[in-house]
Amino acid sequence: MAKKEIDATSLGAVAAAMPSDLIVQVQEGVPARELSYQEAIREALREEMLRDESVFLLGEDIGVHGGAFGVTRTLFDQFGPDRVRNTPISENTIAGAAAGAALVGMRPVAELMFVDFSGLAMDQICNQAAKLRLMTGGQCKVPMVVRMPQGGGAGKSTAAQHSQSLEVWYAHIPGLKVVHPSTPYDAKGLMKAAIRDDNPVIFLEHKFLYSFRGLVPEEDYVLPLSKCDIKREGSDVTVVASGYMVWHAMMAARMLVDEGISVEVIDVHTISPLDEDTIGESVRKTGRAVLVAEACRSYGPTGEWGMVVIEQAFDYLQAPIVRVTGRNSPVPFADSIENGQWPDTSDVISAIHTVME
Amino acid sequence: MEISKETLLEMYRRMVRIREFELASIDLFKRGQVKGAVHPYIGQEASGVGICMALRQDDLIAGTHRSHGHNIAKGARSDRMMAEILGKETGYCKGRGGSMHIAAFETGSLGALAVVGSGIPLAVGAALAFKMRGEDRVAVPFTGDAGSNTGNWHEGLNMASIWDLPVVFALENNHYGVSTNIAYSTNVDDLSARAQSYGIPGVRVDGFDVVAVYEAATEAVERARRGEGPTLLVTEAYRFEGHYAGEPEVYRERSEVDEWRKKDPIPHFRGELIKSEAVGQAELDAIDAEIKQEMVEAVQFAQESPQPDPSTALDYIYA
Repeated sequence: MAKKEIDATSLGAVAAAMPSDLIVQVQEGVPARELSYQEAIREALREEMLRDESVFLLGEDIGVHGGAFGVTRTLFDQFGPDRVRNTPISENTIAGAAAGAALVGMRPVAELMFVDFSGLAMDQICNQAAKLRLMTGGQCKVPMVVRMPQGGGAGKSTAAQHSQSLEVWYAHIPGLKVVHPSTPYDAKGLMKAAIRDDNPVIFLEHKFLYSFRGLVPEEDYVLPLSKCDIKREGSDVTVVASGYMVWHAMMAARMLVDEGISVEVIDVHTISPLDEDTIGESVRKTGRAVLVAEACRSYGPTGEWGMVVIEQAFDYLQAPIVRVTGRNSPVPFADSIENGQWPDTSDVISAIHTVME
Repeated sequence: MEISKETLLEMYRRMVRIREFELASIDLFKRGQVKGAVHPYIGQEASGVGICMALRQDDLIAGTHRSHGHNIAKGARSDRMMAEILGKETGYCKGRGGSMHIAAFETGSLGALAVVGSGIPLAVGAALAFKMRGEDRVAVPFTGDAGSNTGNWHEGLNMASIWDLPVVFALENNHYGVSTNIAYSTNVDDLSARAQSYGIPGVRVDGFDVVAVYEAATEAVERARRGEGPTLLVTEAYRFEGHYAGEPEVYRERSEVDEWRKKDPIPHFRGELIKSEAVGQAELDAIDAEIKQEMVEAVQFAQESPQPDPSTALDYIYA
């Protein structure tokens, strides 16, 4: 291979601030090696491109440059400019061209540099790709993936237009699937599922997680796009989270063991369609719910998850639901005011203390 | 260009079929049998037919909110078209799309997209797939004049140009985006000049002359098939009806419409055919009668067809 694979950490991201043994998903004895979240996504792309000629990549600066966060680095050398296709800065046509290629049998994976830029592609994603199958009475399908890095809190201060978490923009649109993995293992298995799925899938990658490392099996595996994942079993309180917030939830759960509080952590790694039953079942068991999401509070993911708890487990609740969310604010730049924009482990711990009172 | 008598007659047949279909759909709309909206293609028949007759079945068109005509021009059946605009299970889109999303994929379609300009990126993507797979197929997105002011349009022409994609951008200048005349919304008289910005050929043709459109489209399509890249094809036409059936048209004088109606492409083509002595009047009369009867049967078929079963409301959301 012409170029060395460059890990996210060497691209300027800060080192992972969470111990990698916090989430272990590969059982002992299964052949596996440690990969970063970024490498896991790249490996999924590479394997799917080798497996299926109809899979190709398109996006801004995804060629030699390797994309905004280096995810596609080395793929250009391996597959060439046809299948790792640099585009002009034309977000709507990147998404729309992916949909058009999908309509005629390709399986494109488009990259938009930041979810913040995806507003420019909203019409093609939400009005065309998502609706074509229904409005043509099933005459077509649109098997495409749009990758979008999202999230903040990476200590990089990227301000208001490069830091948002916007999963609910897409989760509100029937016809789309929305995925937001929290670990390297999930990232690889869900990316493979997204590429093989016959529907448009919005694949949200958390920027801060790119450098997080974890065991990933050597064998081919695919995760379902319709389930929540129970990352930790517990009996006193259910914490529902996604993306980077899963790590804060897991850290909180570990730290509360000493206090004798048993925390169940549910990772909503498929945001939509939402696996409501896993959330409902868990809260019926624990009787308490803490909901953690990085997105802004109002009309954010926790509103939806909270309604699921109310619909499925209201009579079991021993305490009011507590939400832990991002602030209702555009992300400001300076450290002193960016600080507090997003939840962290201590916020999750205090929320758990509140429901345990 | 030598055009066979068979092709000329088929052009005539499809133009008459579009006209009769539109007259029937306006009638059904006014009688309350078509809900929503109908955007008539009357006056633009030569444009759609000239372009689509230059295509193979496996070439794909991307339609708009005004695409009854494009579908018929590409070969769609009147009965399944009529059933669709009446919201029936026997329609091309099983009643899920209606007039604004009517698309017959079996005739070569990428759908009908009712957000102006939004078919452009889809056609660019389909053409990219054709090129990557070494297929000699062509994609043709339709827009009106107003569509050429959207971001989609400019992004799409640029992307198709840099990759030499097999796209013919069909810009049907009917002079109005709803109420706004193109002379107000654009500062260029000749819309084909916009191609220069993207380093591709821009061709302007009389959109009332089906043979002229067919010849220009054929050249652009063959160029695309040879791998030489996209063309902007502007057909100069006019929207005889309002933006939608029943629209009050407060933005233009009746006299303006009457003047344009003198250029009606169907009698024009009929006259040309008879004058050329290639076709006898009796043959054209027979086509007129055949289409009138076909439309009576199409309306009956549509009216008698069932609406989708309510239990299927959630079908086709996901594949």
